[in-house]
Amino acid sequence: MKKPADMSKTTGETSRQLVPDRIDPTKTAAPSQAKKRRDRKFKLSHLVSYAICAVVALITVTPFVWMALGSLKNATEVVEYPPTFFPREFAWNNYAEVFTSVPFLRYIFNSFLVASTVTLIALLFHSMAAYSLARLRYPGRRILFVVIIATLMIPVSITLIPTFIIVRSLGWLDTYWALIVPALFNAFGIFLLRQFYLGLPLELEEAAKLDGASPAGVFLHVALPLSRPILATLAVFFWLANWNNYLWPLIVTQSPDMRVIQLGIASFAGEHSTQWQLIMAGSTVAAIPGLILYVFLQNYLIEGIKLTGLK
Amino acid sequence: MNASGRTRFSARHVEPITGYLFLLPDFLGLLAFLIIPIAYAFFISLHDWNGLSSMRWNGLDNYAKLFSDAQFWDSLKITATYTLIYVPVVYTVSLGLALLVNQRLPSTRFFRTIFFVPVVLSLVVSSLMWKYIFDERAGLLNFLVGLIGIQPQPWLGSVELALPSIIIVSVWIQMGYFMVIFIAGLQDIPREYYEAARIDGANRWQMFLRITLPLLKPTSLFVIVISLIGSFQVFDQVWVMTKGGPARATQVTAVYIYQQAFQYLNLGYGSAVAFVLFIVILGFSLLQFRLLRTTHS
Repeated sequence: MKKPADMSKTTGETSRQLVPDRIDPTKTAAPSQAKKRRDRKFKLSHLVSYAICAVVALITVTPFVWMALGSLKNATEVVEYPPTFFPREFAWNNYAEVFTSVPFLRYIFNSFLVASTVTLIALLFHSMAAYSLARLRYPGRRILFVVIIATLMIPVSITLIPTFIIVRSLGWLDTYWALIVPALFNAFGIFLLRQFYLGLPLELEEAAKLDGASPAGVFLHVALPLSRPILATLAVFFWLANWNNYLWPLIVTQSPDMRVIQLGIASFAGEHSTQWQLIMAGSTVAAIPGLILYVFLQNYLIEGIKLTGLK
Repeated sequence: MNASGRTRFSARHVEPITGYLFLLPDFLGLLAFLIIPIAYAFFISLHDWNGLSSMRWNGLDNYAKLFSDAQFWDSLKITATYTLIYVPVVYTVSLGLALLVNQRLPSTRFFRTIFFVPVVLSLVVSSLMWKYIFDERAGLLNFLVGLIGIQPQPWLGSVELALPSIIIVSVWIQMGYFMVIFIAGLQDIPREYYEAARIDGANRWQMFLRITLPLLKPTSLFVIVISLIGSFQVFDQVWVMTKGGPARATQVTAVYIYQQAFQYLNLGYGSAVAFVLFIVILGFSLLQFRLLRTTHS
């Protein structure tokens, strides 16, 4: 428990003792007094740090806890004032009611299907495009790369209306095509994968080439298997982003059967605006996949975010 | 001769052909769903169109109409207010958290894990859980402020408090994301700089101002640009929590575009609003990059 703090203290001490001695040998008494003062200050600042962390952690966690508790209160208890903290009786039937009053299972299925399909196809397309941009030589490659990267500056709000019209003219409204196809394309994944391929040592690919492998063969048998870690990171990202997507499904789907989970709970909340116990039960269910991914694949998620910052 | 010539010919062409073919699916997709839509949005914005009957050309009428549309200006004002509060707050909070958990203290990893959790939630779920907390009658917040003697507030139902309430939720959602980016930036700063400063007798505040902030500039800029662009387009939280209300107090530009295009079926006018917003966003991101370049040199 104490190790890291001690370590930082000792490194600070040694550097402080070494250098002043060399510069001014007359001031030998001063460091010990200064050190004491600094230690006391350090401890106080640690305490303040922990206090702030604890408060922010409480603010972060409370809405989750409150949602979970609310989902288990009955219809009268959930609107009681002052609110009860713990449900008097666990109203598990709220969850049953959510699943029976709307096709909630269908929403979950739709979201699962869309998120998984988009992730798989997008990763394949992006790997191919990225490998092409990183390793294969052909005229116009640099310009194509610049055009692709420039699409990163295009905000969703501008493409919303025209993309809706395009999707509608393709006859895709209210189909999985509308939910899946436009969601496949973003330059961000291409960019990150390209950076990754550029960083791969050339030797392995050269060896495969000497063995007579075609460019496609080198990609399939050498580069793609090596990019498993970054593909895993992007997969977590893409899947979660699509599971959580709201605005696009809101625009291109209408029939209850085509609703995705975020749309399902939002419209459910709109229709049953005072039945907090049901809204919270639905929200809890919608939150679970993200939380599970976070618990098990936390490092992938955090690494992925660090990558986004490395532009 | 002939056969070997052919193999050499095809071998020379295999790589470019593979290159183009590999790029093709993504390139066509980006073209169809990102690049063409920009031009198409501008084209639609030059028409009067309800999306059902045929388009009627009306030149720049939609843009002229924008200038006298009080709702449009209000939506820009609300979006600007949201941005001007949200960006500095989320910047300060996430940088503060990053500095806190980046100290070599026990259990900072635990706190880092906690602070990040909201990021994995959808905006819809986060908005709904906060809507429950903000609820005037049954909400936790009114109970808590009641404990310190404050009257129950309508929060999301109040013209004054709705926007600040939404900003609180947005900060709560995003702070963990930007915290992680700041941590990555902080860890790139060589530790020797701090040790050298400590030897020179610098205190923590001086070290923060002279070392951390300047060396964190690229990260800071990234965070500011990303949060700025995001806040100009804020939609989900607002739509789920207030639908732009009460009395249009939270009708941000993205909500106005959605209402115009998909509720009132003014696709031409909605596209004009979207196009103006696009120009504003583009301008800001270019301005930010220019600022970076001038401060660097």
